[in-house]
This record gives sequence, structure tokens and C-alpha cells, in this order.
Amino acid sequence: MAVFTRGFGGRAREQDDRLPPGQFLTEDFPVLSAGPTPRIDTDEWEFQIRTETGEIHRWDWTAMQALQQDDITRDIHCVTRWTKLGTSWQGVSLDTLFAEVESGYDFVMAHSYGGYTTNVPLDDLLDGKAWIATGFDGEPLAAEHGGPARLLIPHLYFWKSAKWIRGLVMQQDDEPGFWEQNGYHAYGDPWLEQRYS
Amino acid sequence: MRRTGHVDVWKAATVVAATQLTPSGRSLTLDAPGWGGNLAGQHADVRLTAPDGYQAVRSYSIASADAGDRMEIAVDRVPDGEVSPFLVDAIEVGDQVEVRGPLGGWFVWRPEDTEPVLLIGGGSGIVPLMAMVRAHEAAGSTAPFRLVYSVRSPQDAFFADELATATGVEVTWIYTRRAPDGWARPAGRLVAADLQALEAAGDEAPSVFVCGPTGFVESVADTLVAIGHDPARIKTERFGGA
Repeated sequence: MAVFTRGFGGRAREQDDRLPPGQFLTEDFPVLSAGPTPRIDTDEWEFQIRTETGEIHRWDWTAMQALQQDDITRDIHCVTRWTKLGTSWQGVSLDTLFAEVESGYDFVMAHSYGGYTTNVPLDDLLDGKAWIATGFDGEPLAAEHGGPARLLIPHLYFWKSAKWIRGLVMQQDDEPGFWEQNGYHAYGDPWLEQRYS
Repeated sequence: MRRTGHVDVWKAATVVAATQLTPSGRSLTLDAPGWGGNLAGQHADVRLTAPDGYQAVRSYSIASADAGDRMEIAVDRVPDGEVSPFLVDAIEVGDQVEVRGPLGGWFVWRPEDTEPVLLIGGGSGIVPLMAMVRAHEAAGSTAPFRLVYSVRSPQDAFFADELATATGVEVTWIYTRRAPDGWARPAGRLVAADLQALEAAGDEAPSVFVCGPTGFVESVADTLVAIGHDPARIKTERFGGA
């Protein structure tokens, strides 16, 4: 039973069924990160997927741009409680990138330039659910929002959409990543309010 | 992280003190039986419930680092916000909210940490850094502590009186719009030269905590990296809020 706060009315109730529990709508695009923004030149940028055999699949910027580019429109939900509706991204589906990857492992650790990590089950990256995004609103993705390329997994809280993505490592077990070791939930489903561990 | 009970549990909290800090900022001291203390730099979720059951939740940094059930939060009014204007302008001593936490295990300072620390705050971004200054003082820590606090003008500073008398921390004020009369440094935003002037003291490279609005944090963190700080030793926290 909640405690009522005397005199608090709140503003007009947000009845949008696109809003997960405990979230509020924002028109802004707030920035959240744990350290300085890495600046990675696209000439030096590389994305890798590494499997349990030690095999490494690599794409440089030119190779990534040569793959099929999807236009993606999705709502995004930050654990700090803002939700931004109908954001527009451009990027490469993880289905495309995993097409030639063989692995018996079910979990993935995403690694970023700058050292950030986050863990995701492989199933959450496939079947049209996740991308390597390099564009936002038709423009190159800005560094403070994770450019030149970030992971985009819009059905999970947005900390899972690792900025400055550098690679994915297949893992046998669901090891915790950076925020997951610092008090946040291992999976992060916004519709189940899986905020904290 | 220090915890009593699970962080997912909401606890009733009573406002036991309220102090206006600036024209737009207010400090609230909450007593939440079962809270059990927090580390310096952690934050709390605060939940307000309206008579019809409608709820609004926001996260606030905690300005205190006490072992008991009391915590001080400091709230800056966000124009058009739903929660912050209520907390700054309307809530009174004796009123109740609910809290959950403490939250966050990254942007924290622990009394057992011995390396030099550089705190850089912009505006209400001082709040978690104030908790660190207080924890450092309360523990009698000998870790070298510096605070660089950037505010628009003297009247926009949170905790100015307390910082003037705090022991164990060297405070550098940066005024971005209007400096006090006779202040040597002209008003202007924090730049590399301000941070390089601190280096002259010859400390070993400090751990750095930066907190403030996004533009401030981006600019300061970029500057720190440009003048040679190790990015791995810079922790940042940004706020949006409403």
C-alpha cells in the first residue's frame, strides 16, 4: 500500500499505451554514460564478432556500410525513466552480421571502445530485434549518442544498446556487464520494470 | 553496496527538514525507517502518490552519506517539470513520500579509498560530490581532495556556506556569468587552463568525478582527456530530470 503524498496532484495522466510502467515521455534525447565520450575515427573503427572457437569475424567501416542498411523506427526506454517515442535510426541488422557466424553459445557480451560492456542473450539480438546503428534521424550518429556506431536493442532498457560498439563475444554463461555489476538488472525488460538487480 | 533489504522495496519517508539553497534549489532531509545508509555518490528513487493512485517517480542524487535512516536530497526546479516544482515549492516538513535504494555502485567514493580525488561539479551536479566531501570529512580521510564547482553566479551555488568552512577539501570556484566583485578570474565557462592550474600542485594523477548537465560533463570530460587524464579514471554522471 503506497503512502500518499499530501498535496501532490501530478500533471495530466499520460495514458499512452506505448509507455512502459514507471516511464515518462520526453522529446529530448538525454545523454547518459559512465565516463568521457570516446572519439573513434571511422578510418580506425572495426566491429568484431568472436566465437568460442576463437574465430573472429571482422567488419571495417567500409564493409559495414556496404551491407544492407535498414531504416528502423522504434520507441526507446531509458532506465532513468525517460521514454522517447518513434526514434528513427539507420543501421545493419544483427541477423545480417550473424548470418555467417556459427556458435553453440546462447549469450553475448557486447564490448565498447572505452571499456564499457553489457550482456545480452543471443535470442534478443536476432529475428529483427537488434542492429548496429550508424545513423540517427538521417544524420551520422553523434559521438555523445554512441557514434560512429552503437548497438541498438530497443526492446530492452537503453543501457543494453551499448554506445561506441567494438565487438560481440559469444559466451556460454550470462555473465554480468558493466551496469549489471553495478546494481542494474541482468536482462532489463522495460515492460516488466526490470531496473535493478 | 551497503544494503538493508532489497533495493526494490519502497520505504515510507518523512520530510524532517527543508532548506532553500538557491532561488530554484531546495534541500530536503528525509527520514526513512529501514533505509540503512548509503555510500557517497549514490542516488534514490523518490515516489509521489496522488489521491487517485497516480504515481510519479524520479531519481535524485543524495547529498549525504550517513549510516542511518536519514538522507538529504537536493532538488533543482526543472521548468515545466512534474515532480521537481512540487518538491521545491510545495512539499513541507511532516509530509511523506516513498524512497527506494540506495542505487548505483559506480559513481561512488568510499572512505577506504586513499588516492587523490578531483571533484568537478556544474550547478546542481554538486549534490553527489557534496556527499563525497562530507564522507571524506566525516571519516577524517587523508586522501587529497579538490573540488572545482562551476556555477552561473554566487547566488546559484548550493552549499556555499558549508563549502566555505569544510575541512580537508580545497575548493575552486568557477563563475560562468557573474563573479563576485573583485574576483580575479573573469566570469566564463570552465576551460583547460583552469584545470591545468590545479595540476601545478604536483599531486599524483587523481581519480576524477564529474557531475552536471550533459553539455558541462561532455565539455569537462573532453578537456580532461585532452590535457592528459586517463579516461579510465574519469567517472561521469549527467542529469536530465523533470
